Amino acid sequence: MAEKIATREAYGKALAELGRINDKVIAFDADLSGSTMSKFFRAEFPDRFFEAGIAEANMISMAAGASTMGLIPFCSSFAMFATGRAYEQIRNSVGYPGFNVKICGSHAGLSVGEDGATHQCLEDVALMRLIPGMTVIAPADAKEARKAVFAIAEHEGPVYIRTARLATPVLEEDYPFEIGKANLLTKGPDAVVFAYGLMVAEVLEAYKILKAQGIDITIVNMHTIKPIDRECVLREAARCKKVFTLEEATTIGGIGDAVSDVLLGNVACKFRKIGVHDEFGRSGKALDVLRAFGLQSDLIAEEIMANL
Amino acid sequence: MTSQELKEVCRQARIDIINLTADAASGHPGGSLSAVELMTAVLYTQMRLFPDDPKNQDRDRFVLSKGHAAPCYYSLLCQLGFFDRSEMKNFRQLGGMLTGHPSVRTTPGVDVSTGSLGQGCSMAVGMAIAAKYLKKDTKVFTILGDGECQEGQIWESFMSAAHYKLDNLTIIVDWNGLQIDGTNDEVMSLGDLHAKCAAFGLDVIELEDGNDLDAVIEALSKPAAPGKPKCILAHTLKGKGVSYMEGQVGWHGKGPNEKERAIALAELEEK
Repeated sequence: MAEKIATREAYGKALAELGRINDKVIAFDADLSGSTMSKFFRAEFPDRFFEAGIAEANMISMAAGASTMGLIPFCSSFAMFATGRAYEQIRNSVGYPGFNVKICGSHAGLSVGEDGATHQCLEDVALMRLIPGMTVIAPADAKEARKAVFAIAEHEGPVYIRTARLATPVLEEDYPFEIGKANLLTKGPDAVVFAYGLMVAEVLEAYKILKAQGIDITIVNMHTIKPIDRECVLREAARCKKVFTLEEATTIGGIGDAVSDVLLGNVACKFRKIGVHDEFGRSGKALDVLRAFGLQSDLIAEEIMANL
Repeated sequence: MTSQELKEVCRQARIDIINLTADAASGHPGGSLSAVELMTAVLYTQMRLFPDDPKNQDRDRFVLSKGHAAPCYYSLLCQLGFFDRSEMKNFRQLGGMLTGHPSVRTTPGVDVSTGSLGQGCSMAVGMAIAAKYLKKDTKVFTILGDGECQEGQIWESFMSAAHYKLDNLTIIVDWNGLQIDGTNDEVMSLGDLHAKCAAFGLDVIELEDGNDLDAVIEALSKPAAPGKPKCILAHTLKGKGVSYMEGQVGWHGKGPNEKERAIALAELEEK
């Protein structure tokens, strides 16, 4: 059994690590540093950790201002409040001017669990994709989260990074991480699944179930949802002819739409979006909620089999 | 510059505001005219600016939180030499550098993009926080609208300015009393703005006449209370300097026609 670490924890530790080598990095949080895990940075660098209090709009615009002084602000909050409450601040204070602000939405998706629909942000990816020039990243595991933190600090411009509350398996292989470059995890011919975040580990499990049934699929870890790796999407869809997208988020505006935008008019293929279909989440244990929405490996395998 | 020379800068700003908004047949003359002395005093007497090197690291910072007063801002940036006067004819025109609201992407001398009310003051707070962390003596100024103070984010930014003891920050409210749908009191009363700002931990100076240039300069030059952000609540006259615009709600967001332009310019030439 693989070790389980939440991507939020890996993010927080990486941020502190980043702080040690880059004194331009500062952090903001909105009274959730113990949950977003920016607490590690806060403990190590109290003079460059800035508490915004429960005021996400102000946090984002403050970070925009701080970035104009040559600093690299990382703003952390729950995905719901970071991207939902402060959407317009992200658009106008950060996105439009193209400022070098990094926004981390933790506790994204259904896997928040018990806190329920008010806190289960299913729209963050869609909202952030809407902003021109915004890079949107959702690491699949702790290792990738760490690498993503270092990569986005080097990237000049606004970035959204999505992390999760739930501790999930650390994937066995250690992939290279390059913004905008998808990673092929398996290379079967029967279908291709484009997934990100926690769904990568789930579909890797589904892969085994399918394999036992004689179905061999390609799995692509789309850690960067925007800019999407067009070349990879076109190539794998053309090769496999049956395309699935998988996300722990609303299928409206998420990776399903991103992939279909690339394919439309270019590749003839079967296409199915797996995710949350225009619904709010529910309160319950994280795994129970994921199961209720069909986002567990066995149910994902069934969904794929039913649509081959 | 002498007081007389600065008043000439103000007069030119008013002429430019009329011409810009008349040429564009849109824009915001009323709240630009009310802010002329406030913005002139800040940009000309309080800040280190480098018109030939707009991104110079040693510059002080100005955020026009009430971004719709762009015509006034552009006139002053032009008069200071940040760009050529020939740009002025393209205000609000496709391809021009003088966008409807200030944009850091297009206009030399502009450090942030504003126009969506409520966000600029937070940006100024972020700049002041960063300056302190970087141990730089950068001074940060921001001008807010009074109607803008109805945005909750403004009060979030005030809270944080006091919390972080930003005595390198000066917040100025252009208190002309009018907004799009009517007077502040009709639309959403600000109540005792002075007491509210003081209660939020700002070092408040209330200016009876924010269109009195010398009084504005005096207020700005007063040393900040240690550890407190300075807040100047400046009573101004919306449309100041153009008789038919003064105190009129209707001149918030439209440009004068040719006849109105001629009247306004004639009045401003006389002054």
